[in-house]
Amino acid sequence: MPTPVITLRQVSKVYTNGTVALQDMNMTIQEGEFVSLVGPSGCGKSTVLRLIAGLGNMTTGSIEWGQTLTENHKLAFVFQEPALMPWATVMDNVRLPLKLAGEPKHKADQDVLESLQLVGLRGFERSFPRELSGGMRMRVSIARALVTKPQVLLMDEPFGALDEITRSKLNSDVLELWQEKRWTVVFVTHNIYEAVYLSNRVVVMAARPGRVVADIPIDAPYPRSEEFRTSMLYNTYCREVSARLQEAMYGVDHHPPTFAAGRSR
Amino acid sequence: MMFDRFTSILTGWQDWLGSLLGLAERLPLHLPDWALPQLAATAGEKLRPQPTETRDPVLLPPAPRMSKWLNWDVVAPIVVGILFLVGWEVAVRLTGIPHYLLPGPILVGQTLVQEWGTLFPSLLITLQITVVAFFCATVSGLLISILFTQSKWIERSFFPYAVILQTMPIVSIAPLIIIWLRNNTFAAMVVCAWIVAFFPILSNTTLGLNSVDHNLLNLFQLYKANRWQTLIYLRLPSAMPYFMGGLRISGGLSLIGAVVAEFVAGTGGQRAGIAYQILISSFNLQVPRMFAALIMVTGLGILIFVSMSALSDKVLGQWHESATRREN
Repeated sequence: MPTPVITLRQVSKVYTNGTVALQDMNMTIQEGEFVSLVGPSGCGKSTVLRLIAGLGNMTTGSIEWGQTLTENHKLAFVFQEPALMPWATVMDNVRLPLKLAGEPKHKADQDVLESLQLVGLRGFERSFPRELSGGMRMRVSIARALVTKPQVLLMDEPFGALDEITRSKLNSDVLELWQEKRWTVVFVTHNIYEAVYLSNRVVVMAARPGRVVADIPIDAPYPRSEEFRTSMLYNTYCREVSARLQEAMYGVDHHPPTFAAGRSR
Repeated sequence: MMFDRFTSILTGWQDWLGSLLGLAERLPLHLPDWALPQLAATAGEKLRPQPTETRDPVLLPPAPRMSKWLNWDVVAPIVVGILFLVGWEVAVRLTGIPHYLLPGPILVGQTLVQEWGTLFPSLLITLQITVVAFFCATVSGLLISILFTQSKWIERSFFPYAVILQTMPIVSIAPLIIIWLRNNTFAAMVVCAWIVAFFPILSNTTLGLNSVDHNLLNLFQLYKANRWQTLIYLRLPSAMPYFMGGLRISGGLSLIGAVVAEFVAGTGGQRAGIAYQILISSFNLQVPRMFAALIMVTGLGILIFVSMSALSDKVLGQWHESATRREN
């Protein structure tokens, strides 16, 4: 029997300028699930994540947390940008959440090193962010999220700004870690292929107003090797998610959009 | 007649200049960049089994550290400076302009040496005013900008007055301050210099404290950082480059403020600053002495700027773009 960890009930978010970012969103995320939110830009997928994280207030509705979560260190957030402090070393950047929680330095250092080990950044403790590549900075950002041993990991298009090779490497690394640690992951992306490869559930969202249009379970066994990326099953799922996304954007009997035709909305 | 003499001098000059420049080119002060490939090639031929014609510039060794101070960035302005001084001296001698209008650099130099005993103590007094005012400006600017960022309302209410304080010409309020603080001239001058130096630090640091990466701010919020932690670990380090920029501007400005205050106060006696010496020299038409004092003030200004730049590089060296060297 799966235990719900996060339950969104009728969550709406209206910005002060009148934009309806989210309307009556319902979603349940089970413990240990890897859920991806996919949708066009402006569909409110990042807003959902921020609301779950407690950054900003929802207009109506509620978010319930499961009983299995402890109050401290229950969630961590990975932003699209690495969001590292440029004046601090890798070590100090990763230690930040523990420092803010008032943990003594010698005690925190053990966790920091462990976390850096997980993302494969041992040996870079004393480097500054500017000395690292984009992919490595993202790894530091992930290490910082993992250092508090979170039960829920929220990731907001974390690999969106990276090149394809770095992205697929980080994808498989994150997946491996997830299988080992079994966090609950909510992953926002606009990349269908990434979503299908990683998740055991893909939630498709539509814009204006932001809402859920499809909830597609990806029934493929883990661990997922690189071969999975070229398998029949993978392609079938990608096609389905893509079709639902197209529906969400242009209607059920959609015609491919042309720039010349001047489509009316 | 006159014209002929001039042209002959000019052509003579040209030759001399040409030989000087030629000499400068030949001096082995610093190997220019284009010379490096040859050097690397000759060094590399002994090591490499087969010398290749196409050499990758990326693989070249960096220039030796010894030549750091002997590069053209240093030499070129010095050459220009020397040429200017020589030109000045020659022009003064040729035109026979009286030294109470324009003294030659040699005379100025002599005066500087002769008058060092009276001018240098005055310079130290000006330096004292400058340093105290600069210190006050730094501390007050920093504290007030922190106060501003703690509450939007405080910033809204008080920032316009900081602007007003800044826009009032210092020359016009200096007499007032000197009257108010007539029992303590030193304090009056410090206040004048402080008013000039304070604003760049305040406005720069306020800008810096508010220009925090919003993702980092969210991160701090997520980990339930309190106000104090956010200030110490996030806002202040983020503002550091801006604060340093403010220091660089204010260092020079506090000297200007001190000089202006001395001019307005016009006090002599034991505690006369360098600006007062300039003023007195101008009354007595001791123009060479004016120049000597001017050189000292300028030197002090440069010293302040250089030390602030060095401090800035030291503080920001490891992380900020402005202080790091890129090898492109």
